[in-house]
Amino acid sequence: MSEAIVHQVFAGLATGGIYASLALALVMIYQATHLVNFAQGEMAMFCTYIGWSLLQTGLGYWPAFLLTVAVGFVLGVLIERIVIRPIERTSVLSVVVVFIGLLAILNSVAGWIFTYTIKPFPSPFPESLANPLMSPHELGSILVTLVMLALLYLFFRFTPLGLAMRAAAQNPESSRLVGIRVGWMLALGWGLASAIGAVAGMMVAPVVYLDPNMMGGILLYAFAAALLGGIDNPLGAVLGGFIMGVLENLLGAFVIGNDLKLAVALVLIVGVLLVRPSGLFGTVHVSRV
Amino acid sequence: MLLDVKALQASYGATRVLHGMSFGMAPGSITTLLGANGAGKTTTLRAVCGMVKTGGEITFDGRRIDGKATEDIVRLGIAHVPDGRGTFAHLTTEENLRLGAYTRKDKARVHEDIERMYGYFPRLKERRRQQAGTLSGGEQQMLAVSRALMLRPKLLLLDEPSFGLAPLVVRELFGILRAVNQAERVSMLVVEQNAALALEVADHAYVLETGRVVLSGTAQHVRNDDAVRRSYLGY
Repeated sequence: MSEAIVHQVFAGLATGGIYASLALALVMIYQATHLVNFAQGEMAMFCTYIGWSLLQTGLGYWPAFLLTVAVGFVLGVLIERIVIRPIERTSVLSVVVVFIGLLAILNSVAGWIFTYTIKPFPSPFPESLANPLMSPHELGSILVTLVMLALLYLFFRFTPLGLAMRAAAQNPESSRLVGIRVGWMLALGWGLASAIGAVAGMMVAPVVYLDPNMMGGILLYAFAAALLGGIDNPLGAVLGGFIMGVLENLLGAFVIGNDLKLAVALVLIVGVLLVRPSGLFGTVHVSRV
Repeated sequence: MLLDVKALQASYGATRVLHGMSFGMAPGSITTLLGANGAGKTTTLRAVCGMVKTGGEITFDGRRIDGKATEDIVRLGIAHVPDGRGTFAHLTTEENLRLGAYTRKDKARVHEDIERMYGYFPRLKERRRQQAGTLSGGEQQMLAVSRALMLRPKLLLLDEPSFGLAPLVVRELFGILRAVNQAERVSMLVVEQNAALALEVADHAYVLETGRVVLSGTAQHVRNDDAVRRSYLGY
C-alpha cells in the first residue's frame, strides 16, 4: 500500500509539472492583463500539432522540440499583436469573449487541418531512465519542466530584459517613463507564455494522446493550480501545479476513483474562491468603496 | 533654448486644463512652475513627456517632441519624477535603479552610478534588497529622484519632490538637486507647492493661473512680486 502511495505521488509530480507550466503561463498573462487566458490550453494544443507535423517530416525529436517552442513563441507574439492589442483598452467582457473566440478558432482549425482522429505522440526519453518509482517519461518530463522553470527564473531574475518585462506588467506608466517599450514587453510575455504551453503540450501528449480536445481538462487543472497558488504569484502557481498533480493522483487512485478526478479541480476552484480568493501565496487586494 | 513650449493646450476629457501655455528653459537652468492647485502644473510636466494629448508645440534640444511616445521622449534624455513617485513597488530598490538606466548604452558605468546614488542617499543603500513598496515615503521619494537621475538625463522633470517629506529631508534633497545641477549641468523643471523653497533653488520661475502663464522672470524678480508674495509666500 505505502509503495503504491509513493508511486502515485511521483506520478502526480510528473503531471503536476505540466499543470505547473500551464499555470505559470496563465499567471504571466494575468499579471499583464488581469485576465485569465482561456485559450492558453488550445494554443498549447496547436503547438503540439506543429511539433507532431515536424516529427512527421523526419526531423529528430529534439530539433523538432526546439523548433516547436520557437514557433510557439512567435504564435504567442502574433496573437498579442494582431488580436489582443486592438482590444486591450476595451471592456473586460470583450477581452474575455475574444479569449473564448480564440479557444474555439484554434480548436476548430486544428481539427480541420489535422482531423479529430486521436494520434499517438512519441516520448523522447530512453528506457535507461526507468526506475522503481517512475516511468522514463514521467521522470523525463519532470526534468524538462524543472529545467524550463529554472531557465525562466534566471531570465526574469537576472537579465535586463526580464526585469523590464516584470516592470512593464506591474506598472506600465512608470515603465514608459524609464523608456521601456511596454507594448513589446507584453507581446514578449505572450510569446513566452505560449512557448511554455508548447513544452507542456509536448510533454503531456504522450500520456493523453494528441487530439484537438486534449488540453480541455488539463487547462482546468492548471487554472485550479494557479488559483490555489495565487493567480498573481508565479512561484505560487508552480507550487500549486505540483500540489494539484499529486492531489489529483492520490484522490483518483485511493478515494474517489478515476471517473471523478476532474471534479477535484472544480471543487478546488470553488473552494479557493470561497475560502481564500487570493490563494496560498497571492496578494490580498483591498479597495475602498 | 533647451526646452521651448509654445501655445500648449491639454484637456482631460471635455475639461481643458492648459489654455495656450508658453515658456522656455535655458540649458543648465533650474526653472520652477508655481501656481495654485488645478493651475495646470502637473499637466504641463505630463505634456512634456507625452503622457497627455496636447495641442501646440514642444521643442526639446532642437527637436519637436509633441505627439511622440513617452518612451521615445525618455530616450532623448528627459527623466520624470511623477506625481505620486511611480516607484515599482514589487521590485527591489536596486532593481528600480537599474530600470532607471534601462535605455543607456554604457552598461559598464551604470553600476558606478548606482553607487553614486547610494552616496547621495545612504538610506537607499541600506534598503537595496528591500521591495520598494516597503520603503517609507521619504525613502521612496529619494528612490524616485535617484531612478530618474540614473537615466543621466539632460532635463529632469520633478513633480512635488518635497511632498510628504520631513523638512530636514527636503533641505537635503534640494541640496543634492542643486549639486547635481551644477556638477552635471542637468536642467530641471520643478513643480512645487513650497514656493519659497522652489524660488530659493530656481533661476527662473513661471507663475500659472488656470492654465496660462501670468508672470515670469528670474526667481529673484518673481520672489519680489507683490502678488506672488501675498499668494504663495505668505508675507
